[in-house]
Formats: sequence, C-alpha cells, structure tokens
Amino acid sequence: MTQLTPEQAKTQLDAHVREMVQWHFSPETGCPFWLEWAKKNFDPRKEINSFADMVKFPHFQDEWLRDLQNEVWVPKQYKGKPFNIFETGGTTGMPKQRIGWEDYKTDYSEFSEKISDEHFPRNHYWLMVGPTGPRRLRLAIEHLANVRGSSCYFIDLDPRWVKKVISNKQFDQARAYMDHVVDQAVTILKHRKISGLFTTPKLLEALGEKIDLWDAGIRGVFCGGTTMAPQYVRFIVEEVLENRIGFYPTYGNTLMGLAASVPLRAEDNFSITYFAPQPRAVLRVVDPNNTTQVKNYGEWGRVELTTLTKEFFMPRFLERDEAIRREPRAPYAWDGVAEVRPFGAMEKNIVEGVY
Amino acid sequence: MNVVPHIPALRRGKAYESLDKVNIVDHRTGAALVSISQVNAGIVRKDLQRVGESRAALKKFSTEQLIEISAKAGELFLKGALPLGDKGHTQSAQEYLETLSATSGLPHVMVRRNMTKIHHALTNMRTILNGLTRGLDLSILDKGYGEQFGSPISYYPTTQALGLVMPSNSPAVNSLWLPAIALKTPVIIKPGKEEPWTPLRLIQAFIAAGCPGEAFGFYPTDHEGAAEILKSCGRALIFGDKNTTDRYANNPAIQIHGPGFSKILIGEDEIERWPEFIDLIAGSISDNGGRSCINASAVVVPKYGAEIAEALAKKLGPVTPLAATDENARLSGFANPKMAEYIDGAIEQDLKTAGATEVTAKYRNGSRKVEFEGGTYMRPTIVHCESFGHPLANREFLCPYASVVEVPQGEMLKVIGPSLVVTAITKDARFTEQLLESPLIERLNLGPISTMKISWDQPHEGNMFEFLYKRRSIERV
Repeated sequence: MTQLTPEQAKTQLDAHVREMVQWHFSPETGCPFWLEWAKKNFDPRKEINSFADMVKFPHFQDEWLRDLQNEVWVPKQYKGKPFNIFETGGTTGMPKQRIGWEDYKTDYSEFSEKISDEHFPRNHYWLMVGPTGPRRLRLAIEHLANVRGSSCYFIDLDPRWVKKVISNKQFDQARAYMDHVVDQAVTILKHRKISGLFTTPKLLEALGEKIDLWDAGIRGVFCGGTTMAPQYVRFIVEEVLENRIGFYPTYGNTLMGLAASVPLRAEDNFSITYFAPQPRAVLRVVDPNNTTQVKNYGEWGRVELTTLTKEFFMPRFLERDEAIRREPRAPYAWDGVAEVRPFGAMEKNIVEGVY
Repeated sequence: MNVVPHIPALRRGKAYESLDKVNIVDHRTGAALVSISQVNAGIVRKDLQRVGESRAALKKFSTEQLIEISAKAGELFLKGALPLGDKGHTQSAQEYLETLSATSGLPHVMVRRNMTKIHHALTNMRTILNGLTRGLDLSILDKGYGEQFGSPISYYPTTQALGLVMPSNSPAVNSLWLPAIALKTPVIIKPGKEEPWTPLRLIQAFIAAGCPGEAFGFYPTDHEGAAEILKSCGRALIFGDKNTTDRYANNPAIQIHGPGFSKILIGEDEIERWPEFIDLIAGSISDNGGRSCINASAVVVPKYGAEIAEALAKKLGPVTPLAATDENARLSGFANPKMAEYIDGAIEQDLKTAGATEVTAKYRNGSRKVEFEGGTYMRPTIVHCESFGHPLANREFLCPYASVVEVPQGEMLKVIGPSLVVTAITKDARFTEQLLESPLIERLNLGPISTMKISWDQPHEGNMFEFLYKRRSIERV
C-alpha cells in the first residue's frame, strides 16, 4: 500500500468523488434511482466537486434498499449482468438488500495485503463461523481465503434468529443455539487442518472455552460483528488468544465493505481504531445533533458512511453506531473511527447477541 | 499515592486491574470514594476452569486450623488495618466504617452493629459448625471419612467453590458465607454494586490471618458475570428481590435469599396485652434501618388492628434521618435514590386501592421520602389494612415498613404465606402446635422475641454445611 500524506489522500478522494458522481448521474452509466433522484433534486455533476460538497446530499435512507426493487440500483453499464444480492445482518422483516458484482472482491483482495503470512499462512485452510446465508461476508471471506491460495470451511450462524430469541428473553434458546454453532466449529477444528479463523468476538470466546485454539492449529483470527470495548479486546488478546495468536479486528457491513484496524500499540490501551477503505468508502464521526459537523478528535459521535464505487453510490448514511474520531495513523492518511459501539449504547441496552 | 483507591478484581487471590472501572460514590455528596475494576463473564468462566486449584490450596489446612484462621480474621476484621486495593492503600476499622456508611447510607451505629455480628460469626466458628453439622467430629471432613456415634461416616463436597452474588443493603449478610472457608470451600464473590467493602475486607482479613489467597475470587461484574457465577460454581447463594430470585427458585444448587416477608403474629390468648409488645414490634420493623429480610413487614393480629397500627405509627412516624455519626440514627440513606423513589411510588400507588390507611402520615409532618444532608431517606411507614388480600398487606420494602392486619387466629396460617421469620406471641398449645407444623416458616420465635434475633448455630435460611457437603455410605476394610 502506497503511503499517502493527508493532503494527497484528500486530493485522491476529491478526484474519486468527482469520478463517481459523474458515473452515477450520467444517463450513459448511472442507475435509475439516482438519475430519477437528480431530476427531482439537483444535478450533482454540477454541484459536487469534492468530498466536502457531499454534505449537499441528504442522508441516504436505507429503507430505499428494502422498499424498492433491486433493478433501480443497477448502473447502466452493468445492465444485463446478473448481480449478487446481499442482505444486511440482524434485522427481521423484509431485509435491506444491496446488489453488487465485484466490490466485495476488491475490498477483500485489498484487505489480504493487511494480514500477515505468519498469522494466515498462504495455501492453507480457513474456517468461518458466522453469518453466511445471503450475506456478503460469506463470499468475501471465501474470496479472501482464495486470494491467499487457501480454501475455507463454513459454519453458519443466523443472527436474525439470535436477535429474535434474545428479544423474547429466551436466553436458554440463545445459549443452546450458540452451543450448537460452537460445537460444529469444534468438530471441524478437531478433524481438519485450519490456521485462519473468522468469527464474531462472542463466538470466539465460546470457542476458546471448548478447544485450545493454538493447539488446534489456529494462528490468526479475523474478527468483526459487534462492539469490542478496550477491556473486551484485552480479554480476547490476553485470555482467549493468549498473546500468541494474531488478532485482526475489523468493522464492516454489507453497505460499506471492510474497515481494517491498525495493529495495537501498548499506548493504545486496547482501544481499536478502524480505517475505511478510502476512497471507495469514507467514514466520518459526526455530531448527532448536527450531522454536517464532524466531531473533534477524541470525541464520541455518530458514524456516517459514504460508499463511492461504480457499483454502489450511497451518500452520508447514518450508521446505527457511534465511535470516537481518531487522527490519521500510518499506513492510513485519513481519519479513523475507534471503539465502535451501538448508537446510544450508554443510554440503553442494545440486543447484539452473539453476532 | 492516588487519592482515590482502586479495588482490583481478585483472580485466585491475585489482583487484576481492568480497563473498565466504575466509581463508588458518597451517597450524599456524589464524591468518588473508590474506583473498582469490572470484569466480563469470560474472565469468570476462564478462572472457574481452574477452581480446583483453589480448593486444593484450602485442603492443605485442617478444619481446626481454618477455625483458628477464621477467629484471627474476625479480630483483624473488627480492629485491624488491612490492605485496600492495589495502589498501596490500607484501611483501618474506622475507615471501613466511615466509607461503608458513606456509600451505603447506613449510619455508623448500624455499621458497627453489623461489624459485631460478623466478628461474632468469625470468632465463634466452632460453635457455628457444631450447630450446622449437628456435632460432627470435624476431623472427619479432613479425612473424608471416620466413625461417630458407632457408625462409619463419610462426607464429600458437593462443589469445588461457593458462588456468591451479594447485595448492597446489609453488610452482615456476609456472615452467611463465612463457614465456607472453614469447610474448605473457596468463595467466588460478586460484590454488591455499592458494597464491595465488606467482602473485600473479609477476604483481606482471612489472607492476613493465614488463609491462602487462592481461596478467593472477587469479581465486580455485570449481570452476565453474575449469572455465570450462579451457573458454574456448583453451589451458589443469590440475594435479590423476588424478580431476581424467582429465576432460580427451582435450582437446588442455588440457595435463594430474597425478601423475607417476616411477620409478627399475636394469638387470641395474648392480644389483650398488646401495648406491652409495641416496643418489640417497632424494633422488629425498624432495627437495622428496616433493610433486613428478618425485619417484620406485617403484624397479624386477631383484633385491635387499628389500635396497634396507631401505636406503632405514633412510635415510628416521628423518626427522622439523623447525621450518619449520630448514635441515635435509625434510618439508612439510599445509595441509589431511584430505589427510594420507586418504593415511595409503589406505596402511594397501592394506597389508592381501597381498604388501606397509612397511619404514620399524621405523625410525620412531611413526605415519606426526604432529603437530608444531601442523602435520600424513607421515613417509617405503617399501613393499616382491612384484609390480608390488600396489595400492601404482605409487602416488603428496603425501609421501615409494615402492615397491620386483623385476621382470625384460625385463618392466620392459611393466609400469611412463606415467611422467613415468624414471631408468634402466644401460649396457646394448639396454635403453637400448628405453628410448629407449618412448612411456611423458616425460623419460629415463640413468645415476645424480636424477629431480628438470629442464632448462628441454628441457620434460619439454609444450612451451609448441608449445602456444601453430602453424606455417603461407606465401608472400608
């Protein structure tokens, strides 16, 4: 990865914004939704010249991804090419869907450069224990393994079911389901040679209680899915992975892709900072009461995501997460988001379950 | 040295400073008095996998030695300067008293009384074990088997550790787990949110007296961590309200210490003497700030209900909060003012149901919930109920509260429901027999005895020895 200065990163992002706006709002390349939107609002090709101009867009409404047919999101240049349909994680009812073609491969090929061969040996085997089904993550992990010459085993976890039983206070069922998932993973780990693992923090913890991960051959763990507060990260690193298995926390979802974290330093005190795959996606920590304003470094705010690829244009989507805004840190020349947790987590209990 | 001490978790006796810490504050000023490390359930689970090591450490001592250690710990607890936290602080007995009072709201006089109870339990461990084991030769626990009363006898431990999910309301409840150490059972403690002081001081006293640190787990943790302790320890005690304890009601590995619904019953034969018992009844309702499960929360009488309620109200209604240092202080402040708000609201709500009158109101000259020197207090409340079916007749609150209800003697045992302590003032042989046969009563006081009186050699709520050990049949060549 080429090391940019913040100024270079900004220049690169602004150029990328112009290119993507041109793509999505030109009748020869754009999708029906955005072309229609421009007719009713303004022509972004004239108004948006840099990322700073993106505040002229209102917040993207993710209900559109649930209520509209997927064809409206197909850019003209992709017309006729079958697409993947990916659904968001743990919600129930009619799911929100994002269509795509190659984006997940781009994201995860890039991520492959950020994980070490020591922790994820090439030409070996992976295990994913987490939400498969209609999720982008399932194909993405397999692609990541494949890029590194590896193949991947899968154990499914249905986060919608987990949310449902926890919301109904059926904790025994949630526990039984988690045991069911973990037992399957233990069986695979006992009978197959596996060195790389993707799972959620809670499942990792449960897995570590059933099997010695190091002795089972695991050398690297790539984790994502829920809140990882510093003390919990410390617990995972020190007690579950015993300071000898590589740990790669990530923040991501179907709409963004994958934000990698920078390796922990002693002075981080186990506080993890994630960096969006800029310029394809941009994360900002904004003031929840005035979302055009970013918070100061070190302050908590709501996470806002902008996705800018040829396949998908999503301006200023307010995630259901909050985070601390952090300064750029090598190799990233743009802002990071740290200690991500559900928005309003301090005020109310959020059902996260095992996902 | 830091001004505010830090209390770490103790993992097999070793200090663990978490990145998650909460402050415990003075209930009147809000000033932080200590920061306390919080651990997640995963840490509890991980440590419990090695709990056998803790038991092995205790097993190196004979029961006799552990009784001696308990006695020494009792002295140290009552009078000693003991380590506090991991930043070099120590805590004298007076500092313990003052800090506990400041965070829990208990006035000094009540903390001192609780300290004495704990000291008594520790220094009389032999008597307590004698009562719990019904005179077992304690060396049998060291060997695992022996002979007594002419029969071979063998006991085995039911668990490797005793889990404890402790409350914040009354320090003396810690007395309940003290025999576990002499019975060679490590303790895994989740302290009450506002009261880490007593279990921590007890642990430090035990260690200073020669007990191995490995015998102690001290885990300030969340609901998930508490549930893990209850689930994984093999044997556990939980303290809490009915909603909390109901979840574990059918689990024989968990001993529940919920509301007591303790009562005073007066028989038809003694009711004419009721004025003589008013002091005793008032004490049963209000001693220890009315916070204990053994405080009386209902007075059930065959007649003179209104008169008795009036007399109690006249005696308790005027009681007001006093400074924590005042030797005459009888009310406890609320560490969590929202709890006082909830109690006040619940009483007011149920008074709207016809058939109940709050008799204390006219003697109080003010509201039930009051602020005093920055703290929140609940003043005593006596409610006269026309029937035992009224929602306020059989309620228990964390303050001096009691109902007075007229019920014919012949109906009393049919309506009172489960009661931790019943003081029955009667000499009627037939009523006494019925009381003795009642499965609803855990501890029965026959005659004018305060419900607050407890006997350490006669457990009023579960027998710790029978909880931690089981007898097996044995034959040996």
